[in-house]
Amino acid sequence: MDNSLLAIDMALILEKLVLIVVVVFASLGIAMYATYGERKVAAFMQDRRGPNRAGPFGILQPMADGLKLFFKEEIIPNFSNKILFVMGPCLAMLTAIMTSAVIPWGNHIEIFGRSVSLQIADVNIGMLYIFGVLSLGVYGIMIGAWASNNKFSLFGGLRAASQIISYELAMGISFIALLMVTGSLSLKDMVLQQQTGHWWNVVYQPLGFLIFLICAFAECNRTPFDLPEAENELIGGYHTEYSSMKLGFYLFAEYINMFISSAVMATLFFGGYDFPFVDESTLSPNFAALLGIVALMGKIIGFIFLFMWVRWTIPRFRYDQLMYLGWRILIPLALFNMLATGAAVLYFHK
Amino acid sequence: MQALTHRAKQVNRSPMNFWERLYLPAIFQGMSITLRHFFKRKVTYNFPEQQRSFSPVFRGLHILNRDAEGRENCTACGLCAVACPAEAISMEAAERQPGEEHLYREEKYAARYEINMLRCIFCGLCEEACPKDAIYLSETFAPSDYERKQFIYSKQDLLIPHPINEPEEYKKALGNRAKPEDKS
Ligand code: SF4
Ligand code: SF4
Repeated sequence: MDNSLLAIDMALILEKLVLIVVVVFASLGIAMYATYGERKVAAFMQDRRGPNRAGPFGILQPMADGLKLFFKEEIIPNFSNKILFVMGPCLAMLTAIMTSAVIPWGNHIEIFGRSVSLQIADVNIGMLYIFGVLSLGVYGIMIGAWASNNKFSLFGGLRAASQIISYELAMGISFIALLMVTGSLSLKDMVLQQQTGHWWNVVYQPLGFLIFLICAFAECNRTPFDLPEAENELIGGYHTEYSSMKLGFYLFAEYINMFISSAVMATLFFGGYDFPFVDESTLSPNFAALLGIVALMGKIIGFIFLFMWVRWTIPRFRYDQLMYLGWRILIPLALFNMLATGAAVLYFHK
Repeated sequence: MQALTHRAKQVNRSPMNFWERLYLPAIFQGMSITLRHFFKRKVTYNFPEQQRSFSPVFRGLHILNRDAEGRENCTACGLCAVACPAEAISMEAAERQPGEEHLYREEKYAARYEINMLRCIFCGLCEEACPKDAIYLSETFAPSDYERKQFIYSKQDLLIPHPINEPEEYKKALGNRAKPEDKS
């Protein structure tokens, strides 16, 4: 008896381990190709061709970029705090990847008669976990910025911190409104709800989605909210002093963050792995899971494209405009959205 | 106030109305513009494979001309060096010895003739100054190199290929501009 219990646990651990490895490498791979995509999108929007020399259509470009970063000289400034200086990028990378644990990448699949869930951890407070880790992400930037002992870096770090605080509020409040509609914090439940019967949440929460989207841009430090970096006023902001692969980590973390934010938005508002107009319950579970993964990836890529599209369209905000937008517009709007949603839920369900 | 050019445009400084203050419509407008450019034809030339054609007045690398019999035109008068605003040209003159008539057209010739391509601003004044029709700016531009000294082009680099011994290279170097027969 004892033995079989242990055996099942071993299989569970093994399957989770495999899933973690797959998800981490998938995030890294997608982040890698997001850099390529970014350059291509930028080029196309500016009537250029973009990288097209390394391999056919330049698809080996990310490898070349990575290799280049590895071969660059590693400089740790004398006047910096060495331990924190190294810790900064590691933390940024760690928190970026950690978020992927609670996202349901698809429904379960059947292998050897076992039903394997395609979610690393179905925590019932999944969304709180994401918010928690997301706000940890700024520590990577702040620690790196402070440890560099450079005015520009410090400015970048301060900006990042205050920006994240300001926009996390609006993001959280817009999420509360969503919570009222779904009634669950677990991401899996949300997807199931949107899959069966309900429409996608974006139909119920268009304003909430808009606020969430804007805040997601701010949380990822993407243009028009890339003030922590602001290369033309802060010469790179928090990563001014960084070189070689540590710089690579920071840049990479940004792309992973973008990937994860896209996944979160797709899950919360666009039905996650729900393939539109297909009833998954009639299909075989493995095929349904595959379809689900394809659907989710499609949505994520759509969001990543949106991130890039906005970046190459809109110029950066001024800092006071950023704060004005966050505190004077988004938070009241989110509050209003929350109240309106609450009233509507009360009216329709009671 | 009278406008200086007919391109002047009155700026609308009236306060923004509600629609404009929403910002989002303007952002969507901008995004539609970038999206349109996304699908536009790209203007880039894929350089090494694809070369753009230059206009006939393009001023590229210099060539030192020969006449139809393959003799060097330059007589080392130094007028090009005097005309050069960048002081990129230097030369040493030598006297033509009997028996060298098939090499040099004039009695005096340039034994050494150098142009520093890093100094040259490709203004074409040397071409204008030359009384002997000996120097031309061609349609090719300077190739990149790893060392500065490679950019000091010697006479060997500048001389046009021999029109009789290497007629094809000569034609290619000539392009469609230098016509040695036009003037004497
Ligand atoms: S092109 Fe102008 S700058 Fe160049 S060598 Fe001739 S005169 Fe001098
Ligand atoms: S190139 Fe022309 S101007 Fe210059 S030295 Fe020779 S003959 Fe004189």
